[in-house]
Amino acid sequence: METILSIKNLDKKFGNIHAVNNLSFDIKKGNVYGILGPNGSGKSTTLGIILNVVNKTSGEFSWFDGNLSTHQALKKVGAIIERPNFYPYMTAIQNLKLVCKIKEIPFTKIEEKLKTVNLFERRNSKFKTYSLGMKQRLAIASALLNDPEILILDEPTNGLDPQGIHEIRQIIKDIAANGTTILLASHLLDEVEKVCTHVVVIREGIKLYSGSVDEMTASHGLFELKVASGEEKLLELLSDFEGIASTKLEEDKIIATLNKPISAAEINNYLFDNGVVLSHLVKRKPSLEQQFLTLTNNK
Amino acid sequence: MLRLLNIEIHKLKYNRASRVLILIYFILLTSIALIAAIKFDIGPIQFHLAEQGIFNFPYIWHFNTYMAAIFKFFLLLVIVSMMANEYSNKTLKQNLIDGLSKKEFILSKFYTVIALAFISTFFVFIVSIILGYSYSDFNEFSIVTTDLEYLLAFFIKLVGFFSFGLFMGILVKRSAFAVGGILVWFFGESILKGYLFWQFKDASDTTERVNSIMQFLPLESISNLIKEPFTRLSAVKTVAKQVGEDLSKDFSVQTSDLIIVLVWIAIFIYLSYALLKKRDL
Repeated sequence: METILSIKNLDKKFGNIHAVNNLSFDIKKGNVYGILGPNGSGKSTTLGIILNVVNKTSGEFSWFDGNLSTHQALKKVGAIIERPNFYPYMTAIQNLKLVCKIKEIPFTKIEEKLKTVNLFERRNSKFKTYSLGMKQRLAIASALLNDPEILILDEPTNGLDPQGIHEIRQIIKDIAANGTTILLASHLLDEVEKVCTHVVVIREGIKLYSGSVDEMTASHGLFELKVASGEEKLLELLSDFEGIASTKLEEDKIIATLNKPISAAEINNYLFDNGVVLSHLVKRKPSLEQQFLTLTNNK
Repeated sequence: MLRLLNIEIHKLKYNRASRVLILIYFILLTSIALIAAIKFDIGPIQFHLAEQGIFNFPYIWHFNTYMAAIFKFFLLLVIVSMMANEYSNKTLKQNLIDGLSKKEFILSKFYTVIALAFISTFFVFIVSIILGYSYSDFNEFSIVTTDLEYLLAFFIKLVGFFSFGLFMGILVKRSAFAVGGILVWFFGESILKGYLFWQFKDASDTTERVNSIMQFLPLESISNLIKEPFTRLSAVKTVAKQVGEDLSKDFSVQTSDLIIVLVWIAIFIYLSYALLKKRDL
């Protein structure tokens, strides 16, 4: 598969703060990547470096196998960083024309992209009259102008109301469905889980995990159990059962993590035979959120 | 080059404040022509400024470029704000993300400075030609084309001054403070000049010694390019002679002054680029 972006041993220090620490990963064409990390974990700094606005301290990164200089490569990239930045005194159309001039592309796609993000009606209004949601949508239109090889989004739904979040997510999903490579930085896990195929998890600038979302959440799952009385007996029985790796009591529920595929019927049968009647039994796969918390807390 | 200029013009032409300032600037340049209309008519004393020889070729080149240079502050505001606004709107960051290199960004501003300076020079040229042919006592081609180096000096003067403005815009990132910074710099140079005069007050050639140092400072060298034209007027000279003052001095454009300003332009543009390159946005 074609490599779009390759990052090797990237380092960035702001004085004493080590914002990005020896970070390496590759972005392959056609995948949707999520960079996950708590606030201040170095996500935006990493994106800033590859987008030519932050200087790296050491390390390497190369776009499109290093065939293009960074600023030439960026003409084939669409990127939105944190807040939408446009000239407040220009209209949507005028702002997008300027972007076309910078990217050296014709004006032909402007109307189409404004329609994609539902701003065509307001195309002649000045940018400063827009709501935050509209500004963010204009930013997406601007990032799509060149039909980019890769779309980079940094916290695209930050600060938006539920309606706005929904709109932006829908747009991202549509773009992903067209086969565009996407790199999405976020601290919102369900956002990443819903859209991404691959994740890179970082904390304090250090990469904790990188791989596909499926692999990260892949495990044999867990059981949530509840009994009216006799919790000790239940715990004892569960720890004797082969295939249960661990048990723990969480509020009034017992969580049993599996290391073998076991069906709910099997466990229910076993417990019933041993005289325990459950009032609640659910088999679940761990969410990305749980995996993420496990990853970020373990270090 | 045209692409970069085109990008910058796009940014300027939709900005109302810049448009108004540029318009005012060119109206003011044209207003030099209004000096021709200054006329006192008090009974027996009749005084018509245009007839006093200020519009005579080749003196008009000196006079008009000097007067026109006063209005450069209007354009300075445009230039400082076009730089500082990129920071306050964070559009500089967006420009870079969209694929403009830092070098191209600085060059697009510098080309704009050159374009504005060139248009101003051309404008002054046209206004002077018209005024000159209307009022000058000498219209021979050889006299008209004498002293045209004042136009070159005017052009370099504007480019130098605006490059300083660009640099301050990048350094300070806020329009108002950048203009303030230029003022502070100006006071700094004036204070230094005063100090030097005091330092050399016992020397026999005080003024020369002070100037030999001062000529290397940016604002002083820019203002040295075109010397004040008033004492060159024959009318003024006559009066001065009557009170026993000798006003003969060299009014021509000095090559050394041109070179000093050109060096400053290179320094300011390079420093702007170095500053932008070093900064994290």
